[in-house]
Amino acid sequence: MAVRRLAADQPTTFAFSADNRAWAGREIAKYPEGRAASAVIALLWRVQEQEGWVSEPAIRVVAEMLDMPRIRVLEVATFYTMFQLQPVGRVAHVQVCGTTPCWLRGANDLKDVCRQRIHGDQHALSEDGRFSWEEVECLGACVNAPMIQIGADTFEDLDRGSFEAILDALADGRPVTPGPQTERMRAAPAGGLTSLLEVPEADTATEELPPTGSGDRPAGALDAPRGDADDLKKISGVGPKLEGILNDLGIFHYDQIAGWSPDTVAWVDEHLKFKGRIDREDWIGQAKVLAAGGETDFSRRASADSETD
Amino acid sequence: MLSDRDRIFTNLYGQGDWGLEGAMARGAWDDTKALIDKGGDWIIEQMKASGLRGRGGAGFPTGLKWSFMPKESDGRPHYLVVNADESEPGTCKDREIMRHDPHLLIEGCVVAGFAMGAHTAFIYVRGEFIRERENLQAAVDQAYEAGLLGKNTKYGWDFDVIVHHGAGAYICGEETALLESLEGKKGMPRMKPPFPASVGVYGCPTTVNNVESIAVAPTILRRGAAWFAGLGRENNTGTKLFCVSGHVEQPCTVEEEMGITLRELIDRHCGGVRGGWDNLLAVIPGGASVPLIPASQCNDLNMDFDSLKELKSGLGTAAVIVMDKSTDIVRAISRLSYFYKHESCGQCTPCREGTGWMWRVLERMADGRAEKHEIDMLLNVTYQVEGHTICALGDAAAWPVQGLIRHFRGEIERRIDARLLGEPVMEAAE
Amino acid sequence: MSELRTVKVDGAEIDVPQDYTLLQACEAAGAEIPRFCFHERLSIAGNCRMCLIEVKGGPPKPVASCAMNVRDLRPGPEGAPPEMLTRSPMVRKAREGVMEFLLINHPLDCPICDQGGECDLQDQAMAYGVDGSRFHENKRAVEDKYIGPLVKTTMTRCIHCTRCIRFAAEVAGAPDLGATGRGEDMEITTYLEAAMGSELQGNVIDLCPVGALTSRPYEFHARPWELTKTESVDAMDAVGSAIRVDTRGREVMRILPRTNEDVNEEWISDKTRFIWDGLRTQRLDRPYVRRDGRLVAATWGEAFMNVAEAVGRSSGEKIAALAGPLAGVEEMYALRVLMERLGSPHFDSRPAGSVLAPKNGRASYLFNTTIAGIEAADAILIVGSNPRHEAAVLNARIRKHFRATNLPIALVGEVADLTYPAEHLGSGPQALDALLAGEGAFAGVLAEAKRPLVIVGQGALTRADGAAILSRAAALATNGERDEGWNGLCVLHDAASAVGGLDIGFVPGEGGLATAGIVAAAGRGDLDVVILLGEDDVDMSALGSAHVVYIGTHGDAGAHRADVILPAATYTEKSATYVNTEGRVQMTARAAFPPGEAREDWAVLRALSDSLSATLPFDDLNALRGQMYQAHPHLAAIDGIAAGDLADVRALAEAGGDIDPAPIANRIDDFYLTNPIARASAVMAECSALASSTLAAAAE
Repeated sequence: MAVRRLAADQPTTFAFSADNRAWAGREIAKYPEGRAASAVIALLWRVQEQEGWVSEPAIRVVAEMLDMPRIRVLEVATFYTMFQLQPVGRVAHVQVCGTTPCWLRGANDLKDVCRQRIHGDQHALSEDGRFSWEEVECLGACVNAPMIQIGADTFEDLDRGSFEAILDALADGRPVTPGPQTERMRAAPAGGLTSLLEVPEADTATEELPPTGSGDRPAGALDAPRGDADDLKKISGVGPKLEGILNDLGIFHYDQIAGWSPDTVAWVDEHLKFKGRIDREDWIGQAKVLAAGGETDFSRRASADSETD
Repeated sequence: MLSDRDRIFTNLYGQGDWGLEGAMARGAWDDTKALIDKGGDWIIEQMKASGLRGRGGAGFPTGLKWSFMPKESDGRPHYLVVNADESEPGTCKDREIMRHDPHLLIEGCVVAGFAMGAHTAFIYVRGEFIRERENLQAAVDQAYEAGLLGKNTKYGWDFDVIVHHGAGAYICGEETALLESLEGKKGMPRMKPPFPASVGVYGCPTTVNNVESIAVAPTILRRGAAWFAGLGRENNTGTKLFCVSGHVEQPCTVEEEMGITLRELIDRHCGGVRGGWDNLLAVIPGGASVPLIPASQCNDLNMDFDSLKELKSGLGTAAVIVMDKSTDIVRAISRLSYFYKHESCGQCTPCREGTGWMWRVLERMADGRAEKHEIDMLLNVTYQVEGHTICALGDAAAWPVQGLIRHFRGEIERRIDARLLGEPVMEAAE
Repeated sequence: MSELRTVKVDGAEIDVPQDYTLLQACEAAGAEIPRFCFHERLSIAGNCRMCLIEVKGGPPKPVASCAMNVRDLRPGPEGAPPEMLTRSPMVRKAREGVMEFLLINHPLDCPICDQGGECDLQDQAMAYGVDGSRFHENKRAVEDKYIGPLVKTTMTRCIHCTRCIRFAAEVAGAPDLGATGRGEDMEITTYLEAAMGSELQGNVIDLCPVGALTSRPYEFHARPWELTKTESVDAMDAVGSAIRVDTRGREVMRILPRTNEDVNEEWISDKTRFIWDGLRTQRLDRPYVRRDGRLVAATWGEAFMNVAEAVGRSSGEKIAALAGPLAGVEEMYALRVLMERLGSPHFDSRPAGSVLAPKNGRASYLFNTTIAGIEAADAILIVGSNPRHEAAVLNARIRKHFRATNLPIALVGEVADLTYPAEHLGSGPQALDALLAGEGAFAGVLAEAKRPLVIVGQGALTRADGAAILSRAAALATNGERDEGWNGLCVLHDAASAVGGLDIGFVPGEGGLATAGIVAAAGRGDLDVVILLGEDDVDMSALGSAHVVYIGTHGDAGAHRADVILPAATYTEKSATYVNTEGRVQMTARAAFPPGEAREDWAVLRALSDSLSATLPFDDLNALRGQMYQAHPHLAAIDGIAAGDLADVRALAEAGGDIDPAPIANRIDDFYLTNPIARASAVMAECSALASSTLAAAAE
C-alpha cells in the first residue's frame, strides 16, 4: 500500500443529499448514545456512494456530524483502503483481487487487461475518464478466482476474454451480470453439485402459498403504465430487451418491482429463466431507491454516461 | 463423506430461498423459544459438550468462550459481536452463509446472545461484502417484521441485531481491532488484558465470534451436542465449511466432516488437483496465515486442528489453497507477504517494520537476487516478528515465510545459483 | 494505593501494589526497562515493544511490561509469587529484534540531528543495537509535515510511538495530531498540516524519543553537551513552573521543563519554553537619560544624578512606584523600603483596580487548594478567568482531573474553549447570586460538594465590584459541608510578581495611592516622580509630566515613556524569589549575566538609594534577604507554602457588597504577549499572529 493522501484538487464544499442526510441520522441512531463515532465508516461510505470518492470537504462534514475531531476522521479515511481519496472512473472503478488465490488462477492477466484498456497506473483515470482500476487484496471469493469487484458487485471465475467482455459491456452501457462468468452455480463445483443432492424439498411444497401470479402475469401487474412508464433500464441488470419483457408482463414502475414479495420474485425468476439474478442484482433494493426518487451507483453512472456520450 | 442429512448449511449454494420462508422451511427458527426456555447455562453446556471450536481460525472452544462473560451484569450491557470481516486469503465461507442462509446466523445470534446475557449483537461485515450485507440486512429486517428480533420477541428475550460494516482492512478481523473499528476508530488491535469479555466494545463485556461458529449453534442445540460431537474425532468435532481454491479442477466451498482427508476433499468435491494428484506441489491448508505443507506430507492428511498442528501448520479457517507443480512457490508466498505488509496496521514496531522487510527480501529471492546467507537472515527476521507483536498478524506474516523456508529452501538456493550462473531463474510459468 | 503483592523480579522478591504495571514493578525492583512509547503521564500504547520482559509460566513469548498490571499475573506453581525476568536470553533477543526494526528505517543522520546526544533511540541503540546492518533494502523516506512555528518535524526519523498524538489528545486537550494511513506508511500529521492549536504543544518535543519533533527556534543552534544547565523557575505566569535554563556563554539557548509534581508535573507552556529569543532582543544594556526629548545613553552616575535631581525637587508624597509582572520579591522589598525612606505611601504591584489586599489575610489572595489539590476537587466553578491563557499548565491539571473523574465544571464570565466542558452559568456576577440562592443544577452540585474549587481570575478582581465578587466566591467556596480543612477559594493570578508583592505589602501605605490612582494623579500633575520597576502595562500616555524612572530589561512601553532608564536583569539573569499563585515560595537561579551594563534590580535600587541619600540598609543580597525574612518569615521557606487561614475566607464571605451586572471580561486576550520579554520575542509574535488569524478564520 502506498502512502494514502488526500487528492491535490479538491472541491470546495460537500453536502449530503436530503435522503442521505436523513439516512445518516438513522444510521447514527443505531448506536448507543454518545457513540456516534461508530457511524464514521458508514457515513464516509455513503459519501463515496454519493460522490464516487471521499473529498476533504466531505471529511469535514462527517467530522462535524459525528462530533469528531477532523484528524480522527482523516485517520479513518486513510486507514481503510476502500475509501477512494481521488476521483474514480465514472462508469466503473475496477478492483482486481491480486492476492495469492486469485494470482494462482490468473489475476495477473486481469491486471494486464486493466493496464492495456484503462491506464498503466492504478488509481489513474482512463483517457475518457470513465474507468479506473486498482489491485486490491483478497476480496473473499477465492473459490471463484480470479475475480474483480465493481461497485457492489463481484464478477467471478474470470479470464481475459470474459473480463474484456464485461469492460466492453460497461463501455457500451449494456447490462452485465455479476457472479460467475462461467456456467457455474456460485461457489458450487463447476461440474455440478457434489453435496446437497438429497435435500428434501417436500416440506415446503405442502404449505399453502399465497398467490404470486395469475396465469401469465405476476402479482401486481398493470394493464398499462400509470402515466409515463419508469425507465427500468436504470436498474442494474435490466437492459432494453428485459425492459420490454417486463413491460409485456405488466411491470412498468419501480414501485411495482420494489413491492415484489419473495414469491413474486420466484415467480418472475421462474417464468423468465433468470436463474436468481433478481436477487443477485438486488432489483428490489435498486427499485426501492429509484422509486423513492433516489439514485443508485449504477443509475447515476448510467445517466452521467448518457449525458456525456 | 458427510451425509446431506448431517449438513447444517443446506442452502450453501443459494439453490433455495435465502429469505425467512425458505430458511424456516429448512428448519431455522423452529421453536427457538424451546431452546431459550432451557436457559443460558444449558446452552453453554451444550456448546461445550459439542466440542465446537471457533471457526474463525484460532480454534478456541466456543462454549468456553461464552462462559467467560460475567454471569450477572454490573450495570453495563453485554454485547455479542459477530466477526464477519472475512478477509483471510483463501477464505470465502462466511460469504455463503450471509448471502444464502443469513437466518442461521441471525438465529445463532439470538441463542448465543441470550446465553451470554446480551440484548444486542453487532455483526461486523467486511466492507467489500456489499451484496452479502444487503442480504443479511434484508434478513434482519424480515426477522424484525416476524417478531423474531426487537422487543417482545416470540421467544421472550429482547434482542437487536445491528449490521455494521468495515471499509477495507484485514486487521479488523482481529477481534480487538474489530471492536476499535466498531467504535469508529482505526482498526488497531488493543492490548490484552483486559480481554473483551471484561472490557469489550464501548467498555462493556463482549464476546466476539466468527460467523460460522454462531451460525452452527442453533442446529447443534436442536440436534444435540452428541450429534455434533459424534462427527469428526475428539477435540476436532463436527462439520466444517472448507473453501478449496487454487490449482484444483473445480474450486468450491463445501461443508464436510472435520478430519476428512485432504485427498478426499479435493478428489470428491473439487475434481482433483489440476493435472492429477501427483502434480501437487504444496497446499496452504488453513488460509494464508498458516505454513504451507509440501505434497510429500499431503497423502493421508486429515483436515482438522490437531492433525495439521502436528505438521507445524494449522486448520485456520479451513481455506485450502492448492498449488500444483507449475507454481512459482517463492512468488506465491511473497505475494502473501505483500498482503501482510499491506494489511499491517502499523501500530507496533515488529510488524510495521518487519512485514515490509520480509516482503522485500522475498521479492528478491523470487528473482534469485539474494545471497544464501540471507535465507537464514530472513528466517531470523520472521522469529523476531513472531511473538513480539500486539496481535497475531505478526505471527500470521511470519509463518508462511517460515513454511516456505522449511520446505523449499532448496528452491530458493537454486534460484540464487541460477542467477549467478546466468541461467533462467524460473521457467515460464503461470 | 491498592493491596501489595509479592512478585519476583530477576530472582529477587519484592512487594508492589497490584495496580503497578509490570514495568513499574521491575523498576521498583531496580531493573532498568527500556521504552519508547510508554510515558507515565500518557495512556498506555504498548506499541514500541521495547519493554518486553519474560513472565515465567505464561505463554512462551515475551510480554510488553508497560501494558500489563501486576494484578493480571498468574501465580506461579503452588502459589509461588509470579516471576519476571528482565535480562533473560528471550528478553535480550526480543529487544535486540525490536531495536533492529526501529533502526532499519531510521535515518542514521545523528550528526545533523538536534536530538543527537539526548536521544532515547541513540541511548538504547548503545545497549541493544548491533554494529552492522542486515537490512539491504531501500530505507523509507517520509515527507516532513508543517505542524506549526514551534515544532520542527523530520518525519523520516519518526518511530511511531504516538506519544505526541496521545499528549495532544489527552494532556493538551487539543486533538490536532493523528496518524494517517497504516502499516509502514503510517504518518504523523495534523489535519491538512495546520499548526497545532495548543499552548502546551512544545512538550511534544520533550516527549518525542527521537529527533522527529524538535524545537524549531532552537534548530541547529547548539549541541546538548555544549550547554550549561541551570535549574530555575519560570516567571511567565503565576504558576512558577520548574525549568532548566540551558546557556552557552552568555546566551540562553533554550528552556526546558523540570519535573515538579506539585506544580507543573513535567509540562511547561509554550511561552515558558520559547520565550528565550526575547531575552536577547530589545534589551536595555546601559542607562539612558532623556535629553531634549530624546533618550540618550548615559553612565550610571549620570542616570542616578538625573533621578536624584528629580527626587530632590520633589517630596515623598509626590513620588510613586509601580512594580510590574516580572518583579522579584527582593527588588520589590528593596523598592518598598526605599519608598518608605523617601516618605512615599504610593506604591503598588497589583494590576489597576485590583481588590486583593494583604490585610484580608493570605487566604484571600491564594490558590488555596494548591495546584496538586485540584486533583482532590469534586466540583469546579471558574469565575472571570480563562485558565488556559492565564495559567496553561494549571489548566492542564484541571483537564487531567476532569478526564480522571468527569467532575462537574461551570464557568461564570467569558465563554472559551478550556479543553474540558464547562457549563456556562452567565457572563455577569449575578450568576453568582443565583448560585448562592440555590438556583440551577450547578448550585446543587456546589452545595453537595465536599471539595469544591472556586477559581477567581483577575478579570473578576479588577472591577469596581471586584470585592463583592470575591466575597461571593468566598461564600460559594465555604458554604455547605466541606471536608475538614478544605479551603476551596482559589485566586488565580497571572503575574509572577503578584503574590510576592502582596506578601511583602507592596501595596499603598497609609493614605497611599493604588495603581490606577497613581496613574491618575500623575496625569493630573499631582505626582512628580514615578518609578516603574518593570511596569509596562499601565497607560504610559496618561502619566502626564511626571518624571518617569524605568528600571527594567526591555525597550517596551515603560522604557519609551521613561525620562531615565536604569537597565536591570531578567529572571534568568538573577537569583530572585517568586511566590506563585498557590503561595509557594521559589527562587530562580542565575543562568547568565545581564547584558552590558545592566545589573540585578536590587543592586540598581541599592545604588540608586545612595544617590537619593536614602541608603538602603543592606550591602548584599544575603543581607537584603535576611531583613526580608525577618519581616516575612514564610519567605525563608523555599518551596514551601504558608497556608492561608480558612477564617479569613469566611470573613471575606461575610463582606458582601453590590455587584454590577456587566459581563466579566478576562484580563489576558493574547496568551503569547503578556510581558515585555514575550513582546520582544519574534517567536511569540509569530505564535500570536497565527493564533489571531486562526481565531479570525474560525469566526468566519
